[in-house]
Amino acid sequence: MPTIVIIGAGPAGMRAAETISRAGLVPILIDEAPRAGGQGYRTPASGISIDTHKLMGSQSKKYQQLHHDFLSIVSSIDYRPETLVWAIENNTLFTLSHNTIATIQFDCLIVASGATDRVYPMPGWTLPGVFTLGGMQLSLKDQGCAIGKKVVLFGSSPLLPLVALQYKNLGVEIAAICDTTGFAGKISALPSMVFSPGTFLRGLSYLASLTLSRTPLFFGVKPLSIEGDHRVRGIRFLTGSGQEKWIECDGVGLGYGLKPETQIADLAGAVFEPDEDLGLWLPRMDQDGRAGKNLYLAGDGAAIGGADAAEASGKLAALAALSSLGVYCDAKQQTRLQNTVRRLRAFQRGLARAFAPPQQFAETLADETVICRCEAIHAGTIRKALALSHTPPEMNRVKAITRCGMGRCQGRMCAPALQAMIIHHANQSLAQTGRLRGQAPIKPIPLSAAGETAP
Amino acid sequence: MTSSTETIIIGGGLVGVWAAYFLARRGRKVLLLEKGFIGAQSSGVNFGNLRLQGRHPDQYPLSLRSQGIWEQLPELIGDSCEYDRTGHLYCAFNSDEAEKLTAYAAVSRSHDLQIENLDRVSIKQRFPYIGKKVIAATFSARDAVANPRLATPATARAAQAYGAVMIENCEATQIEASDKGFEVHTQHGETWSCLYVINSAGAWAANIAKQFGEDVPAFAAGPPQFVTEPVPYRIVPSIQTIDGSVIARQIPRGNVILAGYPRTASDLAANRAPVPPRKTVAGMAALSEVIPSLRSCHVIRVWSGIEAYLPDMIPIIGPSETTPGLFHAFGFCGHGYQIGPGVGLCLSEWICDGQTPTPLEAFGIGRYRTTIAVSEKFKSEFDAGGANA
Repeated sequence: MPTIVIIGAGPAGMRAAETISRAGLVPILIDEAPRAGGQGYRTPASGISIDTHKLMGSQSKKYQQLHHDFLSIVSSIDYRPETLVWAIENNTLFTLSHNTIATIQFDCLIVASGATDRVYPMPGWTLPGVFTLGGMQLSLKDQGCAIGKKVVLFGSSPLLPLVALQYKNLGVEIAAICDTTGFAGKISALPSMVFSPGTFLRGLSYLASLTLSRTPLFFGVKPLSIEGDHRVRGIRFLTGSGQEKWIECDGVGLGYGLKPETQIADLAGAVFEPDEDLGLWLPRMDQDGRAGKNLYLAGDGAAIGGADAAEASGKLAALAALSSLGVYCDAKQQTRLQNTVRRLRAFQRGLARAFAPPQQFAETLADETVICRCEAIHAGTIRKALALSHTPPEMNRVKAITRCGMGRCQGRMCAPALQAMIIHHANQSLAQTGRLRGQAPIKPIPLSAAGETAP
Repeated sequence: MTSSTETIIIGGGLVGVWAAYFLARRGRKVLLLEKGFIGAQSSGVNFGNLRLQGRHPDQYPLSLRSQGIWEQLPELIGDSCEYDRTGHLYCAFNSDEAEKLTAYAAVSRSHDLQIENLDRVSIKQRFPYIGKKVIAATFSARDAVANPRLATPATARAAQAYGAVMIENCEATQIEASDKGFEVHTQHGETWSCLYVINSAGAWAANIAKQFGEDVPAFAAGPPQFVTEPVPYRIVPSIQTIDGSVIARQIPRGNVILAGYPRTASDLAANRAPVPPRKTVAGMAALSEVIPSLRSCHVIRVWSGIEAYLPDMIPIIGPSETTPGLFHAFGFCGHGYQIGPGVGLCLSEWICDGQTPTPLEAFGIGRYRTTIAVSEKFKSEFDAGGANA
């Protein structure tokens, strides 16, 4: 029997596992987290009681259905939570679990590695109390904690109103929602919104409900700084009309949309292409998510499409894998899922355009702003290096010379900012700017893990 | 249209930029062509060791001359490139290895290097973080480190300040010897004429030598390397075990860098130098034995590079034996970083003075006209199967 390994137990990986299991195979499902659900559909830590129904709002039914379906198959799959895939060599995965390194051979690999927040730094963004929008949501879903008592949400993301609503529903004061895009930007993105009007209307209803409850909303703002001595005391920005505004708060959620976590796909040999429109390097794949021989990508880790697209693309990748292995074929369902995934991802693309990252970011960023927080590299250091000869405006060369992106997170956090600075400096395309290559271990692994096994 | 210069250097690694530096400083016209970016291949991704002890006996005059250049970086190029005279601790696990250390130390001392012999007790006193498995060591205080990511670009800038011309993203596609010297054609369709050519194209240099009838069995490989997260700085010297399982150093910002054998073949065509994960794991285990306190520390990234190796594990440095005016400097077998500046200086002397005071006879390309004895190091420092691994 062929070994199909799925990496990531979010909605895409869970649905892929279910699809393969129902076809009579026993997939291996590897996940870093202790409990399935990924980030968006996370289940609370044990001993934490949260009104998940209230928290998930209109997504509550889908959330429950996904976990219910997964529970019905979990005993018939090889589910390995708390396991990190840190390297891939040919058809061998190297994993770390409970401080032990092991290997897994696979015939077919489905990568459903999810997404992370796209962040553009501003002075003070490393102060305690500043979180990404995704991180803010997780602290609620996993621990039932808010990041502060009085919170400002800042950036350009469809998550801004959603997270605000989730926090408000749990009694947290939202001091302001500051959107760096203008209202006009959203209207111009409307044509592609019609692919999924339901989702768009849901977005508008969040905004409406916030407006009704008098949460201050600012559009077209420009970031100035987050200030505080030992933690956040407030945030300073320019309003759309150019007036400086200071809002006191003890928590800030920052986010400029999502970006796929593509390191595993990179190690598995996916080919990457620049998407100048989204400002992201994305893995090349066909409509089933096939990115190489026996390599499939699903969910937000492949292309941002949201939870519904993740579920559908997980099923789709599983069906395509089963069919190419000659195990099971359902061409009709495959076509239906292809259409669903295409429609939902097109909608997200429109959304990403409507919430584009701030254009002037690289130009206006203060020199003393930390760009790479792992290595403590400031914007001024990068600018100085770029001004020297023999600092080619290419991501890996600038990384080599400045250390930006060399630290623990391997540039997951700082790459968008570094990319924006290089593009601005050289006035060139994303294709010319290049991308930080993924390198093992994709997350840090302790030396002691080597002592306990010889793979 | 053909433009002319006196010397064309093929390859903007450490050797190439130092040759350009010394030529330009003596007022000579020099053009450097680099197919990619300056200092982006093995010159930029190597371990950064300026090791003096344990070198090939014939290499000491060159090596010491080169160290003299490293020691004067701020005066010469206006940038220290994080040069740091950390010393180098060479470690033995058993009595056979300890004997080897003694033999290496004798060679080093014959070239006036100060080498200290340390037994288990003095190792524990001076370097308390070294594990019990190390039974003997030698310490060389003049050994140093410098940041490889910075050294080559900084030298290139200094060379340009003296008038050297450097063109990146420009491959020399054809090099023809003529009765007046050479014609070098580039990928962009330009033609340059010159009197001298320096072939310092690293792992790509053997192809150039071959075009001039000098075929050498060079192949591309690289050591697996990794770096840990930063931890408090206390491991000052570079630490090397004589079996090559651990070559480690900590930089003042706290990260510990490790390189270790066996090396892995690189893919020249795809420009890739993979690090097999099993070698990373082996390196992690080896490092925790030599410095046990690092066990709890995390590895954050691995990398390797594309270096040229030769079966006798010493480089080719010197004039071509088929073509007057052509000089080779490649095949540094993983130890080119320390001698790179010195090699650049010697090349500039050959061109300007017709000779160099540094004895380099052992490194001539002519040795490959006869069968070369395969080095013991070659057998032990590569995967089984050597070049094919």
